[in-house]
Amino acid sequence: MAKAIEVKHLSKAYQLGDFGTGTVSRDLERFWARLRGKEDPFLKIGEVNDRTQKGGSDIVWSLNDLNFEIEQGDAVGVIGRNGAGKSTLLKILSRVTSPTAGSIKIKGRIASLLEVGTGFHPELTGRENVYLNGAILGMRKAEIKRKFDEIIDFAGVERYVDTPVKRYSSGMYVRLAFAVAAHLESEILIVDEVLAVGDAEFQKKCLGKMGDVSRGEGRTIMFVSHNMASVKALCKKGLLLSNGALDFEGTAENTIEKYIKNKRQINKGSLTHIAGNGDVLIEYILVNNTSDCSLNIFEDVEILVKYSVERPNYDKVEFFIIIYDQDDNEIVSMFQRDSSSFTTVDASGASVRINFKNLLRPGSYQVSAGIFDIYRSFIDWVAPCTAFTVENNFHEGGQYDHRLGKVYLQPEWNLNYKRS
Amino acid sequence: MNNLPDEDWDIEITPKNNLFDLRLKDTWHYRDLLLLLVRRDFVSFYKQTILGPVWFFIQPTNLAKISTDNVPAPLFYLAGTIIWNYFSECLTKTSTVFKDNSAMLGKVYFPRLIMPLSIVFSNLIRFAVQFVLFIILLFFYYFKGAPIHPTIYIALFPLLIILIAALGLGLGMMVSAVTTKYRDLAFVVTFGVPLLMYTTTVIYPLSTAVAKYPAYSWLIKFNPVTAIIETFRFGFMDNGMFSWGLLGYSVAVTIIILLLGIVVFNKVEKTFVDTV
Repeated sequence: MAKAIEVKHLSKAYQLGDFGTGTVSRDLERFWARLRGKEDPFLKIGEVNDRTQKGGSDIVWSLNDLNFEIEQGDAVGVIGRNGAGKSTLLKILSRVTSPTAGSIKIKGRIASLLEVGTGFHPELTGRENVYLNGAILGMRKAEIKRKFDEIIDFAGVERYVDTPVKRYSSGMYVRLAFAVAAHLESEILIVDEVLAVGDAEFQKKCLGKMGDVSRGEGRTIMFVSHNMASVKALCKKGLLLSNGALDFEGTAENTIEKYIKNKRQINKGSLTHIAGNGDVLIEYILVNNTSDCSLNIFEDVEILVKYSVERPNYDKVEFFIIIYDQDDNEIVSMFQRDSSSFTTVDASGASVRINFKNLLRPGSYQVSAGIFDIYRSFIDWVAPCTAFTVENNFHEGGQYDHRLGKVYLQPEWNLNYKRS
Repeated sequence: MNNLPDEDWDIEITPKNNLFDLRLKDTWHYRDLLLLLVRRDFVSFYKQTILGPVWFFIQPTNLAKISTDNVPAPLFYLAGTIIWNYFSECLTKTSTVFKDNSAMLGKVYFPRLIMPLSIVFSNLIRFAVQFVLFIILLFFYYFKGAPIHPTIYIALFPLLIILIAALGLGLGMMVSAVTTKYRDLAFVVTFGVPLLMYTTTVIYPLSTAVAKYPAYSWLIKFNPVTAIIETFRFGFMDNGMFSWGLLGYSVAVTIIILLLGIVVFNKVEKTFVDTV
């Protein structure tokens, strides 16, 4: 297979803070350095971009010596935490901004979709906007004309073609905008998280359309998303970015796995407190006494939340626990009050335990916990930290058989016999 | 895996481009976009107004009592104002092009030069409507017996339009390059352009200025717009001073400013997203 994209030593620096009075003198200094053929005095190549730590300069490296190659016809998912450099990479690839160092080589026409409906004007009709938007994305007028009917059909807005888009419903607007982009003829398609808009049905249609494109026409796709499910559905390969550099490269499944594992490691040490006054603090959460456990369907689970009392302002508090899946969707939340109980706290602090039978489907999950006072104001709430995996088998040893439904129950089956 | 030789790559993205690589070919490929943008400006502005383009007329004229060299005053002022308005619109709109369109420019790549070009063409429509008004007024006074008549230099009209557009475009692009980082300059333009109008022959004839203030006439001639306005008046009304030297100077200045503008603009367009 031939290469479609080759990225070499790609780096991109951003200046933090405001462009204020310092900018002029800095620009002059930079200019003076360049005149003498020296390096930019304000760029220190090789500084690690970690947004949680204060760096030595106010230049931040959003991408740092990134290298990878993509082969023709591949669908590649780019994943990583916020600030890992995904968007910067896409911006450079789509030539919206240029790199500070390094190079990208591309074979074929490239179309990027960082946003749907760029340049849509509310006063123009659907027809006019299709032409304008198509032209902005790099299509020639004849090309749009040829595909016009197909685009309108895909968007399902035949009746509204000659109505100004300001009278469209937001769903129609997005559908039309995406339809234009989906009909771009380019060898390489770059898609940012644009599918977050639109209803589920249309999202599916779009994913399908993009899938067609990558399988049928040998088009190369780079897809950035936080939605692991759609990355998995659409992409064969994955790139994991972290701190502006390549962390992992492999199949989509392996990359997602690695990403989730990274997340766990990061969160093991310190908790992120999202809300609350901190009078009572959660110290850690354990599932079955570990911070990374595997369990089976219908197995008994124990979640333990260890807390400490910082200021003895409360004597009665309510705990809650939320379980998320790997795409950060909330799956279930459990509140202590639902079981008509509160926790009495004293200065020493202690832990609470909840026990339930695991009814979750196989997959990776994360646990978050929090504390309310009796009026349901936050005392503490920590971001999802502890993870666990539900394995592909039942507690009794049976193999999980991909059955229908999202929840599993273990009801009592009562048999009624015909009385004669 | 077969490694492709380097020349097989279609696009190469690197930090710096050749300063004089103007990418005009790329721009030409996007010419449909240019037309559609002009159309968008036009349609979106006038779509819900019943009178439509009539509003174009209710704009100009700034009347003062200065000698107008035998030409009826409204005609004289209109000739100067429509040219000057076209120039100043091109300049001010182009100078804020990055700021005004940052939402769009930050999301899609297309040759950035398309944006200022679309401004120039949108305003050309505006100018055309005002020009029609001027011609009507010209006929009106001509048949009333005013001492005006066209000269052979009317043939220079297309050149004048290109000059004035290029001048506004070039200056605007130079300013736009700087305003991405230093917003203050945008205010300088807002204040400066109307002031600049007084250094050219919009509301007074060059002959009067030369006669009354010989010490300052170099300043007026120094402004490249002067020759354009004077030639325009001379061509259509046989009024004002025309000299090939002055016009040649304007042409030279315009070419330099336009080229410089494109170079600066191309340099800034690559990274302006990070600073706007």
